[in-house]
Amino acid sequence: MTATAVQPAAHLGVTQPRAVLSEWIKFRSLRSTWWSIGVALLISIGLGVLFSALRGNDIASHGGFEPDPTALSLRGFYLAQLAVAVLGVLFVTGEYSTGMIRATLSAVPRRVPVWVAKIVIFAGVIFVITLVAAFIAFLGGQAVLAGYHEHAGFLVGPNGGVVFTPGRPDGSVQSLGVSITHPGAVRAIFGAALYMVGVGLLGLGCGFAIRNAGGAIATLFGLLLVLPLLAQALPSSLQQHVTKYLPLLAGTAGMNNGGDSDLLAPWTGLGVFAIYVVVALGIGWYVLRRRDA
Amino acid sequence: MWPGRWLPNLVAMIEAVGLTKRYGDTLAVDQLSFVVQPGVVTGFLGPNGAGKSTTMRMLLGLDRPTAGTASINGRPYTALTAPLCEVGALLEARAIHTGRSARNHLLALAATHGIGRRRVDQVLELVGLTQVAGKRAGGFSLGMGQRLGIASALLGDPHTLILDEPVNGLDPEGILWIRTLLRSLAAEGRTVFVSSHLMSEMAMTATHLIVVGQGRLIADCSVAELTNASGGSVVRVRTEEAPRLRELLAADGVSVTSTERDLLTVSGMSSAEIGKVAAEAGVALIELTPQQASLEEAFMELTRDAVEFGTPMQAASL
Repeated sequence: MTATAVQPAAHLGVTQPRAVLSEWIKFRSLRSTWWSIGVALLISIGLGVLFSALRGNDIASHGGFEPDPTALSLRGFYLAQLAVAVLGVLFVTGEYSTGMIRATLSAVPRRVPVWVAKIVIFAGVIFVITLVAAFIAFLGGQAVLAGYHEHAGFLVGPNGGVVFTPGRPDGSVQSLGVSITHPGAVRAIFGAALYMVGVGLLGLGCGFAIRNAGGAIATLFGLLLVLPLLAQALPSSLQQHVTKYLPLLAGTAGMNNGGDSDLLAPWTGLGVFAIYVVVALGIGWYVLRRRDA
Repeated sequence: MWPGRWLPNLVAMIEAVGLTKRYGDTLAVDQLSFVVQPGVVTGFLGPNGAGKSTTMRMLLGLDRPTAGTASINGRPYTALTAPLCEVGALLEARAIHTGRSARNHLLALAATHGIGRRRVDQVLELVGLTQVAGKRAGGFSLGMGQRLGIASALLGDPHTLILDEPVNGLDPEGILWIRTLLRSLAAEGRTVFVSSHLMSEMAMTATHLIVVGQGRLIADCSVAELTNASGGSVVRVRTEEAPRLRELLAADGVSVTSTERDLLTVSGMSSAEIGKVAAEAGVALIELTPQQASLEEAFMELTRDAVEFGTPMQAASL
């Protein structure tokens, strides 16, 4: 059948940048987006400061020292990651559950630009926001820790109470808090933001692959949180070598700044974590391209 | 609707060739071939589950055909560089995120093509949703949702419209609005392809019909042809001497049925011929009314044929 094609105006048509703009409009126009981000911010900053205060107080009254004050102030991200992961999952599955995906793919029938656009928007927004949050959590946490000091030992006071002597065995007196110029501090802050981006993209990949919010969230949490528990059933000789390669421990190694020997080196850990992210997004890409919408 | 850009004299058609979709053991669409011409409303008719929605999703590249091809203007939908500007689609199930406002929904779709904010406001105005454009689509009534779907379809001012059950669940005012809109879009030279499981609805809007049952093509003809093909007209005759007239009318090619004591339904004979026979025999007639077979009857006729050819159809689901 021959037909004279009706050509739309030349300046109109799907391009990758336009697909990105479209996904940005979709991302910002849902209330749930800002709720999730708000919760993630509140948790990461609030808990970072809270953990720092609790630990500082504990050291002040029971002695000891903190091996990794940087990681301590970033500990809130362990909980905040759940909000980010769910946001990543919903960014995709929300389209399937409402039927919006059919409008999306009718507008962008080649599909892959949608996949690219969602990754770009999600990674960009989450990186900027969690990086700011990590800086605030670090600065806030360290400000709190600065009020406490390391202790070398204790003396029994005149009326029988315990009095801690400030300072290390070598006689130097140091605050628990570290400054932003502390070796590895900035790297750990970037590590926290990159881990958050990775967790979100893992959610995005699961969303594209599974399409159903419940299934995708269960898979993702299983991968992040249950896998390390299952690994504990392994013989301890094996466990050491396996556990650190699991997504949660590999990814969070990027926030570690205390030379924890059970973890991979920060960039190695983030690199291993990136492999999980790429695999999840790859499966999502394949399913998006192949399956009926 | 978007003056100066759209060229009404060019041909834009939808074509399906041997379109087939299999889900496991079920053939949802079976070797379906048809062409939808521009300038008229073409109805896509069949009972629920006949494969209409699946066919439309394959036309839009959402579902991958097991065999066969679908094309718009000679090209598969997925090869179009500006699909929204060539094909507007309204799918049966709502394709709108419930948490997003109507305007943001349209802005997001428009952004994929570089269509401006002005056009978004234009289509909102056109479907009468300007007042509620900032409200979340989740709170919309069925009718408002359908209007938003139509607005999405018209966003790119496309020459081809594919609408799946557009009047489903609408109130009479909404149905009238859709009918008028579809006819005016076709009158502008656009290709309008509308599915429905209601023959009566198609009789009000469509000029041409593509009828499917069990995923197969049953008929591809004009509405008038369908009516004629189903045995054409019948004549209602009421007389107190019904049994006698019945004997008088008996002839080859004439069939007479009776549902009431004094009522005959005659086919194969015109009302003039019946009147002449009655007058010559001195039978007094109380009523002599030629009747057009309704589209519903024509459709039932078609589906009965489908059963005879070995394809069981659930006519009851009409």
